[in-house]
Amino acid sequence: MPEPPRDEVPVAGPEGHRDLERYAEDSLDSGLAVGERQIYVSAVAVGDEGRRRGAGLGFGAWLAIGWLAFIVIVSVLAQLDLLPLDSPTKSFAECARLGPFAKEGSAPGHLLGCDSNGRDMIARLAYGGWSTLIVATGAVLFGLVFGGILGMLAGFFSHKTDTVITSLFNVFLAIPAVVLALSLVAFLQGAATSSGGGDRVDPKLLLILAIGIVSVPLLGRITRASALSWSQREFVLAARAQGARPLRIMIREVLPNVLPAMMSIALLGIAIAIVAEGTLSILGVGVRPPTPSWGNVIALDRGRIKDSPHIIFEPAILIFLTVLSLNFLGDVVRARLDVRESAV
Amino acid sequence: MTSSVTEPVASASNTQALLEVTDLCTHFETDRGIVRAVDGVSFTLDRGRTLGVVGESGSGKTVLSRSIMGLLPKRHTIRTGSVRFEGREIADLPAKEMREYWGARMSMIFQDPMTSLNPVMKIGKQITESVRQHLDVDKKYADELAENLLRSVRIPEPERRLKEYPHQLSGGMRQRVCIAVALACGPALLFADEPTTALDVTVQAQVLDLMATQQRERFMAMVLITHDLGVVAGRADEIAVMYAGRIVERAPTSVLFSDMKMPYTEALLSSIPKLEQPSHTRLATIPGRPPDLVNPPAGCKFAPRCAYVQPRCTEEEPPLLPATHPGHEYRCWFPVGTPAGDEALARNRAAKASA
Repeated sequence: MPEPPRDEVPVAGPEGHRDLERYAEDSLDSGLAVGERQIYVSAVAVGDEGRRRGAGLGFGAWLAIGWLAFIVIVSVLAQLDLLPLDSPTKSFAECARLGPFAKEGSAPGHLLGCDSNGRDMIARLAYGGWSTLIVATGAVLFGLVFGGILGMLAGFFSHKTDTVITSLFNVFLAIPAVVLALSLVAFLQGAATSSGGGDRVDPKLLLILAIGIVSVPLLGRITRASALSWSQREFVLAARAQGARPLRIMIREVLPNVLPAMMSIALLGIAIAIVAEGTLSILGVGVRPPTPSWGNVIALDRGRIKDSPHIIFEPAILIFLTVLSLNFLGDVVRARLDVRESAV
Repeated sequence: MTSSVTEPVASASNTQALLEVTDLCTHFETDRGIVRAVDGVSFTLDRGRTLGVVGESGSGKTVLSRSIMGLLPKRHTIRTGSVRFEGREIADLPAKEMREYWGARMSMIFQDPMTSLNPVMKIGKQITESVRQHLDVDKKYADELAENLLRSVRIPEPERRLKEYPHQLSGGMRQRVCIAVALACGPALLFADEPTTALDVTVQAQVLDLMATQQRERFMAMVLITHDLGVVAGRADEIAVMYAGRIVERAPTSVLFSDMKMPYTEALLSSIPKLEQPSHTRLATIPGRPPDLVNPPAGCKFAPRCAYVQPRCTEEEPPLLPATHPGHEYRCWFPVGTPAGDEALARNRAAKASA
């Protein structure tokens, strides 16, 4: 549908009515039905409003959703062995360190090359995506559940409960996140070993717990702030005046209103957790090789950035695009929530 | 705390009043000092009757209603006096026991229907919530009840509206939903805290009429709080005018309008624009602002803004004095329409003219 030329739409003024009539006649003369013309005029008038509230997410958001869907589907299918990929641990010695942009040339039969042990990069990245995503989403889910519960309690009951929980959050936030995560992994590993199940505990679970605990105060504070403001709304008092119990008010009245804010921050949280997993891998406490993750693929061959840059840059680009998509979607979700809140 | 219950005036004459408030004080501790939001309010209310509470913003109307219902936060709040509901003292009941009353025996309609409904909960759910908690009924019965309630507050197509969210309704419709929510469990006492202030004038009368009809049908007592004497004029049986946390005049509605004694009531009434006045008549206002409730002035609280003020007013606070008509009380040394009052007004006018 062609955009109507804006300057042609008569501006309402003292002459407005006559102008509109003349305009309508002109439209008729030029063979355009008045009805259609009016639709154009009103479309121009509501244009901004319509875009803001309309169903369209925008091209960027769909691109982000598309990328994330691609990553998730490939990772899941790879993990279920449904993709025609090499095993991520199978070594092709003749192709070691070879790949696009590598000093020693590209690896025939391996589109993205191989790592320093000759393992196919596509397989490493596809299987590694699973580890990275499971650790990141698991950690954020852990943070959402426990941070959510603590934040809801602090925001809803406020006063003493709030003082205790917020102080706890502040203590955790005061410790540098990486140091906290590092020591948590070490501590949890020690605890698992001493309880006798050291090797049977999936190291991914330890990572989920460690990053999850670090994310609790971050997600908890957001939840608290949102719960605090919703708890002071009149409908909460109205529910109390109808005799609802505090727990019921918290879960039925406040939580549904807080959830959107939690969801928006959860998307950003997953992005941060993906980066955190990479950081921990480089520090040597990430997903344990030979199981690949985006982080430990980088960490394993970080010395080869000069000779075989593809080993470092391929997972780095995946992390970059995924984190970018998550951040972008988080912003979109937040923007749309703001609109909805102001409209209600 | 409850020693003042034995004040003979109210309790002896009418032992089965639905609501009996005696010397209720609600003070808030703040950094600036103690705010006396409600300061010694007493009244009784029978079933089927309406009490209009009128006053400016900040006069303690809302705090009074929430204080009677026990809805104020416990922290930093000092509440003394007695509240007897259906013959039982409820002023000191813990929230756990008050929950048996909230919604079921007494309930409240709030000022702004935009904020007093949960934006993410369907209307049907909001009505059936309290029904299912207080009355032991199954979901099907509660849904039918909700539909009937919506029909009785004259919402068209109730079965469809039950499945809608508050933002799909207009302001007037939302306030009707709020009324339906408040009436759901058949309370004996309804507080309406400025129920029409946030509404369009064209639906104000409809909503007020609806509340009056519901009240008659359910033989319910109602406390109608407003800043607009016009709202309570035809609808309340009795009116209490509040100023600075106190009742300054209380009378049956017709008596209040025909024979007001308190200069504040007179000032409130004369600040309502009248149809018979010619266009561009300057609207009468009350000069000054309501007093600071942390450091209220000595003597009569209205003295600084009063046209009748005399030296005695700023020194000595008038008690609630009985007027000639039974049930009419006022707080004033120089009441409107008495020789003393006329003389005071004339003296002030003369002083102003000569100054």
